[in-house]
Amino acid sequence: MISSWFKSGSPWIWLNAAAVSACLIMIVGVLGLIVVRGIGHFWPSQVARFSYQEDNAQAKTLFAEIIDTSVTPAAAAKISGYKMADDEDDLVQYQIKTGNRDVTGADFRWLQERNIKSQDLPADLMVVERREWGNFYGQLVAVKENGKTLASDGQAWSVAQTKIDEALIVYEEIAHLEKKEIGAINYSLEQLRLKGRKLELKGQLDETAKAAIENEKTELKKQYEQYQIQLRTLYQKIRSASLVAKTDSGKEVDIPVAKVVRIYQPNSMNLFHKIGHYFSKLGEFLADDPREANTEGGIFPAIFGTIMMVLIMSIIVTPFGVIAAVYLREYAKQGFTTRLIRIAVNNLAGVPSVVYGVFGLGFFVYILGGNIDKLFYPESAPAPVYGTPGLLWASITLALLTLPVVIVATEEGLARIPKSIREGSLALGATKFETLWNTVLPMASPAIMTGMILAVARAAGEVAPLMMVGVVKLAPTLPLDGNAPFIHLDRKFMHLGFHIYDVGFQSPNVEAARPLVYATALLLVLVIIGLNLAAIVIRNNLREKYRALEG
Amino acid sequence: MSENLTNLTPSAVTLAASKPYQKWRLIKDTLARYGVVGGGLGVIVAIVLIFFYLLYVVLPLFGSATATSIAEYDVPEQALGKTVLLETEEQNEVAVRFTGSGHIVFFDVATGKSLLNQAITIPEGVHITSFAQSSLISQASVGYGLSDGRAIIVKHHYKVTYPNNKRQITPSIEYPLGEQPLVIDESGAALDKLAIKVEADKTIVVAKAADKVHLVSFAKEQSLFADEATMNRTAVVLDVSAKKIVNLLIDKEDSQLYLVDDEGLLSAYDINDKTAPKLKHQQNVVEAGKKITNLTFLNGDLSLLVGDSTGLVSQWTQVKNELKQLAFKKIRSFKVSNEAIVSIESEQRRKGFMTVDASGYVGIYHSTAERELIKEHVSTSPPVAALLSPRANRLLLESQDGKIHVWRLDNEHPEVSIKSLWQQVWYESYPKPDYIWQSSSASNDFEPKYSLVPLVFGTLKAAFYAMLVAMPLALMGAMYTAYFMSSKMRQVVKPTIELMGALPTVILGFLAGLWLAPFIEKHLAGLFLSLISLPIAIMVFAFFWQYLPKTLRQKIPEGWDAAILIPVIIIVSWLAFTISVPLETFLFHGTLRDWFSREFGIGYDQRNALVVGIAMGFAVIPTIFSIAEDAIFSVPKHLTVGSLALGATTWQTMTRVVLLTASPGIFSAVMIGLGRAVGETMIVLMATGNTPVMDFSVFQGLRTLAANIAVEMPESEVDSTHYRVLFLAALALFIFTFVFNTLAEIIRQRLREKYSSL
Repeated sequence: MISSWFKSGSPWIWLNAAAVSACLIMIVGVLGLIVVRGIGHFWPSQVARFSYQEDNAQAKTLFAEIIDTSVTPAAAAKISGYKMADDEDDLVQYQIKTGNRDVTGADFRWLQERNIKSQDLPADLMVVERREWGNFYGQLVAVKENGKTLASDGQAWSVAQTKIDEALIVYEEIAHLEKKEIGAINYSLEQLRLKGRKLELKGQLDETAKAAIENEKTELKKQYEQYQIQLRTLYQKIRSASLVAKTDSGKEVDIPVAKVVRIYQPNSMNLFHKIGHYFSKLGEFLADDPREANTEGGIFPAIFGTIMMVLIMSIIVTPFGVIAAVYLREYAKQGFTTRLIRIAVNNLAGVPSVVYGVFGLGFFVYILGGNIDKLFYPESAPAPVYGTPGLLWASITLALLTLPVVIVATEEGLARIPKSIREGSLALGATKFETLWNTVLPMASPAIMTGMILAVARAAGEVAPLMMVGVVKLAPTLPLDGNAPFIHLDRKFMHLGFHIYDVGFQSPNVEAARPLVYATALLLVLVIIGLNLAAIVIRNNLREKYRALEG
Repeated sequence: MSENLTNLTPSAVTLAASKPYQKWRLIKDTLARYGVVGGGLGVIVAIVLIFFYLLYVVLPLFGSATATSIAEYDVPEQALGKTVLLETEEQNEVAVRFTGSGHIVFFDVATGKSLLNQAITIPEGVHITSFAQSSLISQASVGYGLSDGRAIIVKHHYKVTYPNNKRQITPSIEYPLGEQPLVIDESGAALDKLAIKVEADKTIVVAKAADKVHLVSFAKEQSLFADEATMNRTAVVLDVSAKKIVNLLIDKEDSQLYLVDDEGLLSAYDINDKTAPKLKHQQNVVEAGKKITNLTFLNGDLSLLVGDSTGLVSQWTQVKNELKQLAFKKIRSFKVSNEAIVSIESEQRRKGFMTVDASGYVGIYHSTAERELIKEHVSTSPPVAALLSPRANRLLLESQDGKIHVWRLDNEHPEVSIKSLWQQVWYESYPKPDYIWQSSSASNDFEPKYSLVPLVFGTLKAAFYAMLVAMPLALMGAMYTAYFMSSKMRQVVKPTIELMGALPTVILGFLAGLWLAPFIEKHLAGLFLSLISLPIAIMVFAFFWQYLPKTLRQKIPEGWDAAILIPVIIIVSWLAFTISVPLETFLFHGTLRDWFSREFGIGYDQRNALVVGIAMGFAVIPTIFSIAEDAIFSVPKHLTVGSLALGATTWQTMTRVVLLTASPGIFSAVMIGLGRAVGETMIVLMATGNTPVMDFSVFQGLRTLAANIAVEMPESEVDSTHYRVLFLAALALFIFTFVFNTLAEIIRQRLREKYSSL
């Protein structure tokens, strides 16, 4: 019976089916993993109070979030050097986040379940998100201003909230002054220096020019000093208040309000508070700059850099891709050469992306960029302007990388347009160009769109070549700002994909950064899947349209 | 058809082209034609440019070195004595000639014009008996041994100034330890042989006087109160008969002293403790009957170059032998000429050296690459002294007929040869020849190891495991999806799997490195158990499925088998992972990982080939699946219908008809998948430890060509050998994937033609 069943081939078909199921499970599993971990990051998790007693030591109190649980069988635990009692089957351990890195030296530690004497969730446990040293967990004791206690115990919480809100406004002002206004002055000063150097190189730096530059410089310096005075008062204001909090070891710690991003008491929050907290964190994630070596805060510069790079890339790749496709499909004589070219173009899509990076670095950055610097920016030597990796070169490199995508998609669109339409246009006396411009290309535009979207999706997720041609872990300035000429193609930028790599693998505190990486990965996956779905929908619509035309 | 029409249009338009508007239309049309053709061809050119640019960067690696004679002039101040040493400064503008009579003559390299000549002050009635150059070449010091057992240390110094934006180099000499000779042998015997090592605050002098070898060190001690530094002298006599000693060498760390006697016996002394030198080991470094004519360090002072009377230069390095003791090992030798070697000059920044033989032939060699780069007959008259400039771009040779020959050397990339890239190389201080990639280090005299073999090995290993994961899943999945699956389900499944291919690899790599790697480390047994149990469980499920009541079975429409298997697979794997924990404890008394290392000595890296295989397999599945599915799906229907009509089962039709017809397409799918696996960067970068080891174990890490480029490219110096070797790796990847993809593409096009003809 079994042998005849095997002979029928049906078990093999089932196995084949299992392969499909396995693939589907893997995809859904991966996406699910990213979604669950990425979404969960912003939800305020409860902070527990543990009473923890290790071997014969005194019981300690710990305030912490439980991050992870690990169960090790007794035998394996023994090998790893744990003492196990005979009646214990497993060693259960919790990874907890204790925060307070400035006090204890580490953010995380492992607890053994058997040593936990008691565990509860006191309502007054507070989490302080700080600009330095990660989270603080503890109990609020008092709020101080200029050394005087403003409020303590019961009223402390609401006073602390208002103080922090005030401080955040001041902080915004300071950030604006330092980054925007003083940044602009620094930029202008540098431009002036370059101007002077340029004139000097040309031999035109005479006394009047020197005086003019000096004048402008003193003007800028004056402004700068004014801003400095403003800054000083703001800093005084923001530094006046501080929170007094008790850590789990009972030590009282002063936390300056200036260093606080937000405080909350997760154990006493209701669902609406938690939702509010969630969206406020999400907003911070999308719109703020990163903090603490990229492990906290937002990823706005990375989102912005990715968008800028992809935009410039599309501007470059679309016309070239379309022209190449039009040439192949409409102008070139079909034959051996076009076949060869098509194979070459197709295969370029298969060339490893890192090779494009190598090419971009060698050819665009060092050869093109180096020569541009020599010709147009002699004044900034020896500092390179375009002779160093930057936004422009990254965009061009990725344009080259995605060129085959656009060519193939556009060609496919052109091929789908019925011949009768071209012939009709030509028969009415239109020139070839007019036919192309007025009938063929508009009809092919959804295909071009598809190609562009696919190219954008590919470029947004590509990292390896970017590591060589312009991506950095932390860019001090965005490539777009208020200083003329507003868009700075020579600047280095941040990128979502590289951010994932960098924070996940190069960061000093990988453990603390991991949730953020999941959130970033989720964002990137959403963007890319969204783009791909859009391309698929457009392509399907297009097919429907032409099926109607052909019929 | 359309071509005919295109040819017609201009004439049709010309008929009505009397007006300027018509003319403008025509011009526009022509312009557009040129624009499109130009643009289209430009794109193609850009693509070709990539290849040629990579080639352009790589080619200089394999270019040969050249030497050209640029000047020849009489030895400056010939009357002041025979040259014992020639030296030049960094810029190759000023050279210096030390004579046996204690004169120091600086001269212009280009013209031979004497610039400065000074004589060291020698006490009355004493003459110079020996000469040595400091083994720290950067200190630019030399020592003269005198006939009264004393020595003088002299430093030559070059000051670079830029009056009127022109470089000017002014030479001078200094006495770092004072003009007064230093006492080496207190009994006053003449110093026959000398070796020195000069540093800012410490000087070591080793000298042979009569039948003793003296080791004297001078340490400068800055007193707190006085300006004058006091000199602390410690002296010791080596426990050896010095009669036959012909050569002395101190290494630059002054931890080793080498003595060679006239029979070629090399003795190494540990002189870390300057008061108690210890003989470590001895070794004969030339065959009997030959004589050592020259002995010098290769840059880095880790190995010795021994030149002998028959023109053979051999490289000896200290290596730990089986007994873990240091011993000299000859790691390679160069047959330089048939004459005796007169001089060996090491390059100061690379592992290259220059040899001069008695008949005036000069050769430039690179030790690691085992390359003879240049061989020129520089002088017809026997050579007296030779120098290789600090940047190894000039050579000066003084010959007995009183001439100095100046040659320019062009030798940018001596480190690279077919051997150094692809074969086992015996590196300094390594116990045996090996394949090693280690491109840079902090120190200047590091021996770069550019073996591409471990990287290629890593690339293939990663690709192999990825294909091992991807091929069965993707091909079986493609077979089922194209042939057995209901079309409704296929419309969902195919785009979903293709979407998987659009997932950025950085995300897959991140998950592999930070989630999968720790997971597998913990659940290794569970993984293996589910690998074994899943196929069995599926078969068992399928077997019992046919005996389920018909009403139940008919609820599932045909072609939805994959959907009902999803819960089965999930449950079985969950069970496997759960059971594996107690099972592991029961079978292996611990974890499977520990058991492997205990029983077989197989180590376990958290980020290993298994993790890479799974993660990269995941990335490759969509590529293979999509192409293979297309190929199987487009097998003409009449073939399968015919087979089924003749009584074959669906499975027989599948294996005997469909697969056979679609096999070229499947083959090309696998090739394209392989191309992708070979070039994938981010996943391997993040999911492996990036250690360039050659180990077949699935539990060990690796480093691939692509990851290596990504890691090292941003730090490599433009146009250096390292930079070009990385370009070579990129070019290799480019060619590999291009060839594979082209083959696959041609096969696919053939297949398409075949289908359309069927």
